[in-house]
Amino acid sequence: MANIWVHAETSGGVVSTITLELLAKARDLGEVTAFHAGADAEQVAAELGAHGATRILTTGDLDNGLPGPALASAVAAKASEESPDAILFGTTYGGRDVAGRLSVKMDAPVITNIVDLLDTDGLTGVEPVFGGTTNVKTRFTGEMPGIFLVRPKSFNAEAAGGDAATVEIMAVPDLGATGLAKVTNRFVEESDGPKLDEAGIVVSGGRGLGEADNFQMIEDLAGKLGGAAGASRAIVDAGWVPYSYQVGQTGKVVKPDVYIAAGISGATQHMVGMKGSKTIIAINKDPEAPIFSIADLGIVGDVHKVLPALLEAIGD
Amino acid sequence: MKVAVCVKQIPDPADPGAMNPETKTLKRDVKLILDESDSYGVEMALQLVGEDGEVVLISMVPNNERNGLNNALAMGADSAILVSDDALAGSDALSTAKVLAAAIQRTEPDLVLAATESSDGYTGTVPEQVAELLGLPSVTFAKEVTIDSGNVAVKRQTEDGYDEVDCPLPALVSVTAGVVEPRYPSFKGIMAAKSKPVEELTLADLGIETSTVGWAGGRQEIVSIEPAPEREAGEIIEDEGDGHERIVAFLQEMKVI
Ligand SMILES: Cc1cc2nc3c(=O)[nH]c(=O)nc-3n(C[C@H](O)[C@@H](O)[C@@H](O)COP(=O)(O)OP(=O)(O)OC[C@H]3O[C@@H](n4cnc5c(N)ncnc54)[C@H](O)[C@@H]3O)c2cc1C
Ligand SMILES: Cc1cc2nc3c(=O)[nH]c(=O)nc-3n(C[C@H](O)[C@H](O)[C@H](O)COP(=O)(O)OP(=O)(O)OC[C@H]3O[C@@H](n4cnc5c(N)ncnc54)[C@H](O)[C@@H]3O)c2cc1C
Repeated sequence: MANIWVHAETSGGVVSTITLELLAKARDLGEVTAFHAGADAEQVAAELGAHGATRILTTGDLDNGLPGPALASAVAAKASEESPDAILFGTTYGGRDVAGRLSVKMDAPVITNIVDLLDTDGLTGVEPVFGGTTNVKTRFTGEMPGIFLVRPKSFNAEAAGGDAATVEIMAVPDLGATGLAKVTNRFVEESDGPKLDEAGIVVSGGRGLGEADNFQMIEDLAGKLGGAAGASRAIVDAGWVPYSYQVGQTGKVVKPDVYIAAGISGATQHMVGMKGSKTIIAINKDPEAPIFSIADLGIVGDVHKVLPALLEAIGD
Repeated sequence: MKVAVCVKQIPDPADPGAMNPETKTLKRDVKLILDESDSYGVEMALQLVGEDGEVVLISMVPNNERNGLNNALAMGADSAILVSDDALAGSDALSTAKVLAAAIQRTEPDLVLAATESSDGYTGTVPEQVAELLGLPSVTFAKEVTIDSGNVAVKRQTEDGYDEVDCPLPALVSVTAGVVEPRYPSFKGIMAAKSKPVEELTLADLGIETSTVGWAGGRQEIVSIEPAPEREAGEIIEDEGDGHERIVAFLQEMKVI
């Protein structure tokens, strides 16, 4: 049976959704070990077990050090003893840091941005390119474990109902200078309503809104529908909304039941972040806008007319 | 204070070209430009070093291309190292990092800057790989960077906000797009760029075996390139004052309202 190792990202006893997504795939491929940095391994052991991990390898508390160097060193040492078949990471801030460092430690390349992993003649990653119009399948040819970075929302995070994972402490080798970066403060940007990448409904605005103040219509509509507000990069770069709103290749991947795009043209880099939505509604004044090619309902019209009318029609 | 900035030269993303079905890589026979993502690193470096510091650009290409480097030199960088070698074609992120790290080492910078991810390959792994190869601490996804007495302080983007991270120099920092406003090269800058030193190096100059980079070094193979299943377009209607009603009906059908 294949041995699959999964990067478990947790914060204060809460397991991130991407970790559960990776576990759901990993347990189909073989025996699953989670590896982890932080003080909360015991707290998450039951949940990781229920999602398919039999064991957690943890560095324990890192005293505010960034996880990349410590976790990569510890995992590299452990992997040279146990030779796992594949090591999976989510494409997250932390995941990329650990994967990059680990790849050097093990002198192994990384297959990145994959949305599926096929078990055919060696594990093969599926990576969409050109805004998701083309799929490239890649596999490793060397002897080393395959390191994969997986895009969020690629797999469904369902529990399988296993026992709590056992917790095993890994030794962290001396990190030298690489361990010197320390977190001195953490800031959480509070927002009402569901998180953008977890919301069942996402309402996004783009440059077609005309000016920053008009983004309030997007916030209002998202609020009324119990969803989250998102944005194209054009208006993030213009400073209308923070980066955390951005949907797309360099922003968040969303897969809500309904995605409403208002005044967004539908550039490939935007579409790659939302074309997995169950249904898509687009409002754009240009009938040729590419967004219409993937919309279930397209309204060729002016956002300054359609959005206010829609807000009024929905009421409170 | 010396800052080394990694700058990738890429095909214009507005015209991303196509995959070459034979070599299974991006066709790169077009003119390369400075990756916009790296213009933020160049601008940040120029702001951090001020009047007395030095900004060195580091770029790797298979084909001697300089167009993007010239642009960054015109913005105000002082010099550049260009690693160019036929054997580099097809290099994966790890091989690229090995080459960049070897080039950076020659300049002994206090700080190395890179973008969090490039616009063409966007593996987002090169900066951490470079840091590990150089034995440096690193802070990725920086949205604000300040330098103070041998330390770099960074506001680092996180999933739900940001962290403040402190790190002694030398260190590597990767910056997210949009964090500073990259300057446009002035006419004077463009003229001055022509006489700035660009050191051209081959793999042999860096002591790197050609078999460890490019196609040979990748140790991964592309099995297939296929069109992805397409999403069908639905109903497109012209708004004649009733557009919002259609949306309401759709949302009711989806049981959202
Ligand atoms: C569609 C596509 C998919 C790919 N998938 C993979 C994959 O799964 N695994 C893999 O290992 N490779 C992959 N590659 C190859 C990889 O992208 C290479 O081009 C590699 O040379 C650089 O990686 P990157 O651009 O992704 O780096 P990133 O890590 O995204 O780049 C981050 C930053 O590092 C610096 N940098 C990167 N390259 C250079 C350079 N040549 N010169 C100067 N600075 C640089 C820049 O500051 C850049 O912004 C892929 C390429 C393409 C086109
Ligand atoms: C490497 C790279 C990564 C990128 N990553 C991302 C990413 O993650 N996310 C992302 O979104 N983009 C990304 N982009 C940018 C992307 O290419 C587009 O530039 C961007 O998505 C365009 O945003 P937009 O649709 O808001 O603006 P535009 O393309 O300018 O479109 C505005 C639209 O509004 C319509 N409009 C104008 N007025 C009205 C009106 N009154 N009523 C109705 N419609 C109106 C217009 O017809 C037009 O279609 C990336 C680009 C690159 C090169």
